Amino acid sequence: MDVTIRVKRQDPEAEDERRLPYWEEFPVTIADNATVLDALIQIREDNDGTLSLRCSCRSAICGSCAMRINGHAGLACKTIVNSVVQDGVITVEPAGVMPVMKDLVVNFDMFWEKIEAVDPYLKHMGREPEGEYIVSNDAMLHLSGVTACIMCGACVSDCTVLEVDPTFLGPAALAKAYRFTADPRDGDAEGVSMERLWALSEPTGIWDCTRCNECVQACPKGVAPMDRIMAIREQAIQAGYDNNNGARHTDAFTESVGHSGRLDELRLPIKSVGMMNLPALMDYMPVAFRAMRRGKMPPIMHKNVDNVEAVRRIFNRTQPEPAAPQVSNNSPFG
Amino acid sequence: MKYAFFPGCVSQGGAPELYPAARLVCSRMGIELEEIPGWTCTGAGVIQEKNQLFGDTLNARNFAKAEQMGLPILTICSTCQGVMSQANHRMRNPEYLAEINSHLAEEGLEYSGNSEPKHLLWILIEDYGLDRLGALVTRPLNELKIAPFYGCYIVRPTEALDIADHPERQQSLEMLIELLGATLVDFEGKTRCCGFPILTINQRNSMAMVGKHTSEVKDLGADAMVTPCPLCHLNLDGFQPKAASQARRSIDLPILHMPQLIGLAMGISPGELGLKRHIVSTGPLEVKLRRR
Repeated sequence: MDVTIRVKRQDPEAEDERRLPYWEEFPVTIADNATVLDALIQIREDNDGTLSLRCSCRSAICGSCAMRINGHAGLACKTIVNSVVQDGVITVEPAGVMPVMKDLVVNFDMFWEKIEAVDPYLKHMGREPEGEYIVSNDAMLHLSGVTACIMCGACVSDCTVLEVDPTFLGPAALAKAYRFTADPRDGDAEGVSMERLWALSEPTGIWDCTRCNECVQACPKGVAPMDRIMAIREQAIQAGYDNNNGARHTDAFTESVGHSGRLDELRLPIKSVGMMNLPALMDYMPVAFRAMRRGKMPPIMHKNVDNVEAVRRIFNRTQPEPAAPQVSNNSPFG
Repeated sequence: MKYAFFPGCVSQGGAPELYPAARLVCSRMGIELEEIPGWTCTGAGVIQEKNQLFGDTLNARNFAKAEQMGLPILTICSTCQGVMSQANHRMRNPEYLAEINSHLAEEGLEYSGNSEPKHLLWILIEDYGLDRLGALVTRPLNELKIAPFYGCYIVRPTEALDIADHPERQQSLEMLIELLGATLVDFEGKTRCCGFPILTINQRNSMAMVGKHTSEVKDLGADAMVTPCPLCHLNLDGFQPKAASQARRSIDLPILHMPQLIGLAMGISPGELGLKRHIVSTGPLEVKLRRR
């Protein structure tokens, strides 16, 4: 088939205008079942040897060729031309968030720094087991969903939080963290990774995720980083690290709906930042005042839904088993 | 056409202008809405992160009630759409569905697993028909430049939202804007996050997102942005002054709920559609519309 590959190019080291991003179009004739990577390699071989891209295995294992295809991150070697061509055109850009080194090649330093920041190795607290550490098949099978990560950076590329805040740990590193918090060999004798859960509950960690699902959509290996972040949130709350706005928000939300059937929008933000947190509450006053002037405030008296008893019974019936031992919210690790 | 109506909490809480606007526009289109009695919150994805079973059971309860009414579900909230679709997707597992039904039995309810809740936006395109809607456009919005803002839940994850079977869902807002006669202002951020879920957790980042999207669209010359999500509206409209002050610039971009845009094109007055309740003034946009 005939297709135009529209590539966003840039050479930050160039001394002419090519140091700024510009678009270049390459018409190619290629098999219907070829991949976007095939097309790019063909361009490099036949049209322009200066086109820079990373690739190696061509079979979605090495994680080298993540880039934005029609605006969304994915592996070029796993994306069939035929499945993404729109009106004869495919748009290809470098991965987002990370700085461009040249054309489709980005600098992965921040990606690796974040992975390193979550201590990506087993940390067993207390006494080492005397013999071999036997782990159940189920536990390992569960972890295989996360260890499928090939570190391609597609999730980081499309993360909506990293786009505005580079200090966020991000989806890849947090999914990697889950690989350890969910490993029965990590943490204390019960497999609870107290130290990690405490650290991950701090700002730039699990609670900064917006739940936008971009990483779930972008991941070519089904790791679903966002779902792992949600699972760590649950682990952290169960471990007692609930003295933060994120945990309070989740708690207050669930209780409001569990008690009345619907969300009490007036009280939720107050409970999230903390009833006694006067500076934060004052911060909302201008917004609340503007809303009130426009008749937009949620009702002061929050009403229950009809037959609310049924909702409360469902709430009680679906409560999880009692949690792991509680700890204080101050770090026991200094 | 008649639907079991699921309005969602925000359309009667933080964005109270949406509920009457949606009802008004639907009645003009001949879409009859019968509210699901005693409907509950979907959990908004928040309950699901703490207790997925509770959140999903609440959704099954709403679905079961709609089944008793014998009507398909219509919602006007993207977040509700996404959470309902995700819960429904999980309930395709018969064991999980049975577990959930065991919690509904006490109330005499049972969910079949066959409900297909749909946002008004999808219904207009898939069930109602854009031709039919086009015939109701008496006041084409030719002088307006409008940018779409989907937010997250109505476009991702694509698997739960059946996007493969309905690819047009990812173009639906653009199709609507053009049908109503307005000029489409397309921009990359239309499917990104508005920042609302982290508003009380990391307000700085939340405001950075609001500021980024609204100022980008403003700089592209748009008169307004339209969204099918009342939560996006809360952040993009209600918190836009705060976002502008963080970004140290003026933005003043009106944000319209999807039914409001449709209503304007039907010749319904801005007052009846609740535009006066917005935080960012829709005045300049109304002046443009009056000028003809």
